[in-house]
Amino acid sequence: MTPASPPGRFEPRVAEEAEVFWSATERRELVLPWCTSCGKPFWYPRPVCPRCLRPDVEWRPASGRGAVYAVSVMHRPAHPGMAARVPYAVALVDLEEGVRMLTNVVDVDVDEVRVGMEVQVTWEPMSDGRNLPVFAPAST
Amino acid sequence: MSTTVRDTTDTPQVRGRAAIVGVADAASPTGDLELHGRALEAAMVREALDDAGLDISDVDAVFGAGDAMGLPEFLGVHPRWVDGTMTGGSSFEVHVQHAATAIALGLCDVAVSVYAATPHSDRRRGRANDFGGGRGGNFAAMTWELPYGMRMPIGAYALAASRHMAEFGTTSEQLAQIAVSTREWATRNPRARFQDPLTVDEVLASNMVCSPLHKLDCCLQTDGAGAFVMTSAARARDLRRPPAYVLGVGTCTDHSMISQMPDLTTTATAVSGPIAFEMAGIDHDDVDLLMLYDSFTITTLLLLEDLGFCKKGEGGSFVEDGKLGPGGALPTNTNGGGLSYTHPGMYGMFLLVEAVRQLRGDAGARQVPGCEVAVASGSGGVLSAMSTCVLGSSV
Repeated sequence: MTPASPPGRFEPRVAEEAEVFWSATERRELVLPWCTSCGKPFWYPRPVCPRCLRPDVEWRPASGRGAVYAVSVMHRPAHPGMAARVPYAVALVDLEEGVRMLTNVVDVDVDEVRVGMEVQVTWEPMSDGRNLPVFAPAST
Repeated sequence: MSTTVRDTTDTPQVRGRAAIVGVADAASPTGDLELHGRALEAAMVREALDDAGLDISDVDAVFGAGDAMGLPEFLGVHPRWVDGTMTGGSSFEVHVQHAATAIALGLCDVAVSVYAATPHSDRRRGRANDFGGGRGGNFAAMTWELPYGMRMPIGAYALAASRHMAEFGTTSEQLAQIAVSTREWATRNPRARFQDPLTVDEVLASNMVCSPLHKLDCCLQTDGAGAFVMTSAARARDLRRPPAYVLGVGTCTDHSMISQMPDLTTTATAVSGPIAFEMAGIDHDDVDLLMLYDSFTITTLLLLEDLGFCKKGEGGSFVEDGKLGPGGALPTNTNGGGLSYTHPGMYGMFLLVEAVRQLRGDAGARQVPGCEVAVASGSGGVLSAMSTCVLGSSV
């Protein structure tokens, strides 16, 4: 039995194919799975490449820089653990490496978050030493 | 229309080989239905069979969204074609595709598909919502989406609307017009949940739920149920009611999680639509009625573009003049849609039932004059599983 998450964000368990990803977050490092056959990264972590289905997965550091592809401000929480954060911005962020992640944009007035805004990764501590990657406006 | 040339010499025809011959649906202005669960499903099956002039003993193919064993057992049918395909809201368009194909190949003769969900009254009964599968259905989504608190499914559709606005300048007023035109139709449907006229200002003044979508950009959550019966075109001609022939069908699914959708402004309907239109041998001018999934106003707008009724990005200005409403150039969602008629979770069933009623001339105050070709285009998941059916009153 995993202990119940503290009130707040939902904390997912660590799937085998994402162990490297989550360990890196303990050091606040964003890493991406790359297919060495295709020579391209993919998101989300899977045991095989979603383009060629080969298991040639290698983890490489990401720059943590990207741009907002789409954004929606939640005026009601998705679940009670998020209630204290309302309103909060859910966004799709296109990373420089060419993958798109669902995330939050934080440290900014939610109404200021725009499509195209440049952002960089930042981290929110989880209860077990992991950190959750979220994004904040890039410092100029 | 696609100009792809394929060698179809040895391809069995699906076009015009099967027809929807019986329909039923249930919804109420209160949002509540008396029956629920299997009893409601059984009532719909019986009613659709009565409509067709067929008996349960005629049924040899059973379709249920997600249940290929329990449903036939409950109906007392031993089908030789079972199908539990569950693609969310588009499940029933996919069922038409599968049933038409099976019937065209002679693998079954009489198919029934049924749906019932009662999320509105379940709250009163203290029962869990039948629809949705909770958060345990997709482990990847639990890991990579749930931590970020995106409301489902609306948050994903809101992201699509955000992108469409940023890329093409689509406005909240234009999206609201879709809700307004749909409500105009609902004023003519005595079973619709909402029957009072609506204005663009009222949509914009309703609560912002997930920007840029307001409460009145969102579908209802009501009880609802429906069923349809299909058989071969040959047998259909001898039945009680005029057949709605299946002229074309197409399906395409391109993601499950919204982060995996290749382009949030273009759905897989851009694939399913042309397949269905080409099979049917129709062009846009031939279409008398559009039944487009309206889980949210943005859904309808994307489907209009992806089916090619206007160019990509021009959906906002296309709907602005109210052409989707009564008296408009392109009657759309004449039952009042998921926005104003009913939406129990997987609404695709109601697209088909209304299309059949319009083709028969049975739609009463909301009848589209001379309705001969209807397109029902479903959307499942988060713009994930798209399926398009072209139905016609003649082959």
